Amino acid sequence: MSDSTVKYGLLAEYDTAADIMHAAEKVRDAGYRRWDVYTPFPIHGMDEAMGLKKSLVGWFTFFGGVIGITLGYLMIWWMNAYDYPIVVGGKPLFSPIYSFPVAYECTILLAAFGSLGGMLFLNRLPRWYNPIFSSERFKKATHDKFFLAIEAMDPKFSDTETRRLLQESGSKHIEEVRD
Amino acid sequence: MADSFSKELPVIPSVPKELEREPLVLNKRPIGWISDQISGVAEGKTPKWWWALFIPSVAITGVCFAMIVYLMSTGVGVWGLQIPVAWAWDITNFVFWIGIGHAGTLISAILFLLRQKWRTSINRAAEAMTIFAVMCAGIFPLIHIGRIWLGWWLLPLPNSNSIWPQFRSPLLWDVFAVSTYFTVSLLFWYMGLIPDLAVMRDRAKSKIRQIAYGIFSLGWTGSNRHWSNYEKAYLLLAGLSTPLVLSVHSIVSFDFAVSQLPGWHTTIFPPYFVAGAVFSGFGMVLTLMLPMRKVCHLEEIITVRHIELMGKVILATGSIVGYAYGMEFFIAWYSGNPYEKFVFMQNRAADPFILGPLWGVEPAPYWWAYWTMVSCNVICPQLFWFKKVRTNMWIVFVISIFVNIGMWFERFVIIVTSLHRDYMPSNWAYYSPTWVDIWQFVGTFGLFMTLFLLFMRFLPTIAIGEVKGVTPQADPHHPMGGAKGGHH
Repeated sequence: MSDSTVKYGLLAEYDTAADIMHAAEKVRDAGYRRWDVYTPFPIHGMDEAMGLKKSLVGWFTFFGGVIGITLGYLMIWWMNAYDYPIVVGGKPLFSPIYSFPVAYECTILLAAFGSLGGMLFLNRLPRWYNPIFSSERFKKATHDKFFLAIEAMDPKFSDTETRRLLQESGSKHIEEVRD
Repeated sequence: MADSFSKELPVIPSVPKELEREPLVLNKRPIGWISDQISGVAEGKTPKWWWALFIPSVAITGVCFAMIVYLMSTGVGVWGLQIPVAWAWDITNFVFWIGIGHAGTLISAILFLLRQKWRTSINRAAEAMTIFAVMCAGIFPLIHIGRIWLGWWLLPLPNSNSIWPQFRSPLLWDVFAVSTYFTVSLLFWYMGLIPDLAVMRDRAKSKIRQIAYGIFSLGWTGSNRHWSNYEKAYLLLAGLSTPLVLSVHSIVSFDFAVSQLPGWHTTIFPPYFVAGAVFSGFGMVLTLMLPMRKVCHLEEIITVRHIELMGKVILATGSIVGYAYGMEFFIAWYSGNPYEKFVFMQNRAADPFILGPLWGVEPAPYWWAYWTMVSCNVICPQLFWFKKVRTNMWIVFVISIFVNIGMWFERFVIIVTSLHRDYMPSNWAYYSPTWVDIWQFVGTFGLFMTLFLLFMRFLPTIAIGEVKGVTPQADPHHPMGGAKGGHH
């Protein structure tokens, strides 16, 4: 690696789910902020081990659904009762009952877009470049290895202290990732 | 911390051998093996069996489109439908395909909410099946409308007549239900694919594969901050898909139930259609999955236990369907409505051998369709009460084919027998399909198989990350997950 690159952080590798869990607890307790755990599958209990707050995706779903049902009902009222009133069987031009199925489908549709869109937005995806991919071993993060990365941007980051913490946490392999 | 915690737990006596659950992935395979085995299907040289299936499927897809062109250029008269049977094979096929899709959503959403971990081995392929089946289903109402070039009038788009769709019609509800169902199924499927596309990206040897999987995996790293949002979104999508799937087939059943026709005008239709849809869908899942696990060597991930559990779902839903048939029949008799009674007895059930002579009526013109339906949907799945049957892959495969046939006949019976003899005997007619009807239906199987084979060749057929997540290695409190001291 050339010297023009900047240090991104330290990447530690672990072999088992239990190892990475204990390591995450240690890093959390040491008070780091800019760090993350990379695993091939979601590990149950890892959010607590990392001290993460509850995910906010639900709000995106909720507002998607609210927009969906509002737009659905408005569309039907505007089209069948206002812009071009159609009388069918002498019944009222608009009723929330007959318009429910379509408005309901609109709710589900926009709530689903809200969930996926909210997840991508909160995760800042799609992301076309990520310095962590410069590590050749990191390819195993989707296969069978577990990684923990602490960014150099973290206020508590120190080359020696952080490395020692990762070593004590039981990592078999620690490497420096450069951007 | 973990060790002090485990001391407080009561000692659980070990489970006797006969009560132990079979693991979801056999032979204690390491988690890396799961990626290798599943992605292996979509890597390396294209196998011969794939070409042997793909080429005929593409040819039959060609037939599908040729029939559409013939229909469009000539008119709906090329089909056998004629007043009074104005809905026939087209709508039968539509309901058949859309019903098949429902098993995919049941597996991916409802079984997820019920925390049925075994779903992880089959949900990906079942969701793919859903999407392709809905695509096949969508063809039929569209080409059935006659002037296909005006199909966009179904959508709330401004047109030169300044008129809007009429939202009181269940047929329009169907447009919204089916298109929402397709879109949401696609979103759910794609979201499930993102982590697995990242697996494919990280394994890719060629530049093209790296770029293609790289783009579609959106830069997924497996970060736990991402997993946290991802799992929440997955749960919410499952929660949204569950009422969606129930609404879709309810709305499909409204196409019939909201009308006044005897045989269609019944309140039992929504739940009965949903149960039938799940039943038929599981039939198709088994029809696809049994050969797939064999040719792709996935028997250790889609185990006999998985097949057995699907057999039990078929047994349960098949029994619900059987109950619905019986209840429909009972209500037709109990209502005292002569038209209702006529449809069920003299349009459907009166066979020339037993019931016809017993009731002293002429045999029903479609008695053979009715009794094919009953044998395939009610009698045949009852064999799944026996473990020997559920664990014999050949018998399961044969029964799954019968379920597919039976459920196609169910829709045919509902639609054609109700229409062909309604109130006025002067209006009666017998419906038979033409060769165009038949090839149009066969053609959609070609399209379905083509899409499914492409899916098998280019995407992970099983949710890799999810299967890894249900192995003991994924559990940080299990010895195989690296836990020290404690045991479960």
